[in-house]
Amino acid sequence: MSAGSGSLPRYILQRLLLIIPMMWVLITVVFILLRVAPGDPVSAAVGGKLDEEALDQRRAALGLDRPLYVQYLEYLGNVVRLNFGETISDNRPIINIIRDNGGATLTLTLGAFLFALLIGIPLGLYAGRRRDTASDVSIRIFGVITYAAPIFWTGLLLVILVAPTGWPTFDIASPITKFEVEPVTRIILVDAMIAGNWDAVIDILQHHVLPCFTLGLLLAGVFIRLVRVNILQTLKDDYVEAARARGIAERHVIRRHAFRNALVPVITVIGLQVALTMSGAILTEKTFNWPGLGTQLVDYLTARDYAAVQGIVTFIAIVVVITSVLVDVLNAVIDPRVRY
Amino acid sequence: MTEMTDRSASTATSGGPVIDARDLRIWYGTDRGPVKAVDGVSFTLRKGEILGLVGESGCGKSTLGRGLLGLLPEGAKMDGQLRFNGEDLLALPKKQMFAKRGAELGMIFQEPLTRLNPLMRISEHFEETLKAHEKRIGKAEIERRSMEVLRLMGIPPTRFRSYPHEFSGGMRQRLMIALSLVLRPSFVVADEPTTALDVLVEAQIIRILHDLRREFDTSLLLITHNLGIIAEACDRVAVMYAGEVVEIGDARDVFAEPQHPYTRELLRSTISLASTGLNFIPGAPPDLVDPPPGCHFHPRCPDAMNVCATTHPIQREMKNGSRTQCWAADLRNGYAQDLTPEQTTPLSREEISVADEA
Ligand SMILES: Nc1ncnc2c1ncn2[C@@H]1O[C@H](COP(=O)(O)OP(=O)(O)O)[C@@H](O)[C@H]1O
Ligand code: SF4
Ligand SMILES: [Mg+2]
Repeated sequence: MSAGSGSLPRYILQRLLLIIPMMWVLITVVFILLRVAPGDPVSAAVGGKLDEEALDQRRAALGLDRPLYVQYLEYLGNVVRLNFGETISDNRPIINIIRDNGGATLTLTLGAFLFALLIGIPLGLYAGRRRDTASDVSIRIFGVITYAAPIFWTGLLLVILVAPTGWPTFDIASPITKFEVEPVTRIILVDAMIAGNWDAVIDILQHHVLPCFTLGLLLAGVFIRLVRVNILQTLKDDYVEAARARGIAERHVIRRHAFRNALVPVITVIGLQVALTMSGAILTEKTFNWPGLGTQLVDYLTARDYAAVQGIVTFIAIVVVITSVLVDVLNAVIDPRVRY
Repeated sequence: MTEMTDRSASTATSGGPVIDARDLRIWYGTDRGPVKAVDGVSFTLRKGEILGLVGESGCGKSTLGRGLLGLLPEGAKMDGQLRFNGEDLLALPKKQMFAKRGAELGMIFQEPLTRLNPLMRISEHFEETLKAHEKRIGKAEIERRSMEVLRLMGIPPTRFRSYPHEFSGGMRQRLMIALSLVLRPSFVVADEPTTALDVLVEAQIIRILHDLRREFDTSLLLITHNLGIIAEACDRVAVMYAGEVVEIGDARDVFAEPQHPYTRELLRSTISLASTGLNFIPGAPPDLVDPPPGCHFHPRCPDAMNVCATTHPIQREMKNGSRTQCWAADLRNGYAQDLTPEQTTPLSREEISVADEA
């Protein structure tokens, strides 16, 4: 029976401290995976174009001739200083790739979450309320399909459906808009707003719809299932019956007790879905030729530029860890039980 | 009889009973057919009176308690007659039933740990309840009235804005009681309110419930399978078996001189086990989809006669004032004198003794 509010800051601090070991494990895994991948990074990236001696020089310049543990420690040190290294094939600092392409991935994933919540929560709640009716069954099938369908399939289907209306699809999507926008934050939507260029804002938003919707559908499938199961559970919960017994009107019981309590786990699941969202985002970007980190990652992977892949994947891993922890913290603020 | 009238005269004011149930029937639709969980139950409850409802698990106590408040799950059906302060509850539109629930009809449940919404502060539970019934009530008034009942239940006012998980089981049950009393309902069903709690807390809760009539003049239906609680807290007792009330009367009379063999066996097993609530009446309660013919208790009854297996006994008033449905009790009390010797021969039953051996 400890005091209620005093322990929240402690819980948050604990969670934040947890970022460090989680991050360490993840980046170590990234490091190991890329070392055990077949072939040597330099010849893979620029091999054929240079002779053996030049390749050795490149290796030495990149420090790849040193023992693994030295490379590992250096890598850790660099990550701590947010230095993600350089690409091998075109000598670009990874941080520039993140800066130039991160914004597009950010708006894509945020938009996708928005669609996923807008579709998933109402459908999940409705299906749960109308359990085993025709609408429940249809919604469940819809959820399974959107979750199971490959991204490029959903994307192409949507493009085919939408194309006759003249809605912008991927033909001009890279870069996102044909309008010139002064880079400030390098999140193009925000920059267009800062510049007050509303034609560009509208055009950018229009270009976001299809990719965000495609990725959103994948996540919506997760939310539909989760919310439906939760609402079925909370509708049976004892406090719901107790609220009815106090004469609380049915619509209040549903809204304040059943729905609200069913939505809390959604926050946790958002945290757990960050990784799925990231992998989905990579595929979505490829499908729509979207100028985000995912496209860059796939392109460098195709070029077998392991230094680039390591840098980008490390950054994505950091984002996944931090987001998950922040979602945990948010969850604790909303649900008092989590803190114990 | 005289004692009973004396005792209730002090609490009952003018007018009829608070609850008047006649021939209530409640059944659940299942794949196997209707489960007759309450099968022709009649009783009355006066103002400020505490009626104990006792019986083995699964005999229909909770179903009856919920039915009185119209809180049955989907798929359950109810008929008969149910009057609350003279008003026919079964004819009442759903919306008016909601308005009565909480305000005039209260319910206290068995599991206090799960009955409060974990995401809502105690204050929000009170606010929600009061606002549901008094739309215009202000913040100050909500707080004043909540604090008043909380104080009565021994909950410190400083805990008003705490969350449910910050309280112990016993405190949560007192919170639940406070919450169901904040609108001063005239009738409350308490469904095994102490089963989930330890013995010390149990005694405390029972004392609180017992004091309710002094504070609020509340009529209480106290459901329990613990006869000790009935002896301690109740004016009258109803004994339920297989969906029926087989004996109902003044608690002292029923305890001193049980008329129904089931009541007698229940008391005997309770005494032998020092009131743990478990009992060892041989055999199992019947299937409520297809109960035995005649008296539902006959397969387990030590006094069973031939007539018991064929003909359902009728509830009659016994010499001590209780109402009982039992052929053997009838004979002792001067009823059913036209039964033939063949009918009153003890029932022979091979199957039962075989089952007992096994
Ligand atoms: N929702 C339900 N659907 C079907 N049968 C039920 C339901 N609730 C209770 N029953 C059955 O009704 C009978 C009475 O149950 P209940 O009223 O809970 O008994 P008690 O409270 O005396 O233990 C039991 O046989 C039980 O299995
Ligand atoms: S009616 Fe017969 S079987 Fe039933 S309780 Fe009485 S004696 Fe026993
Ligand atoms: Mg029960």
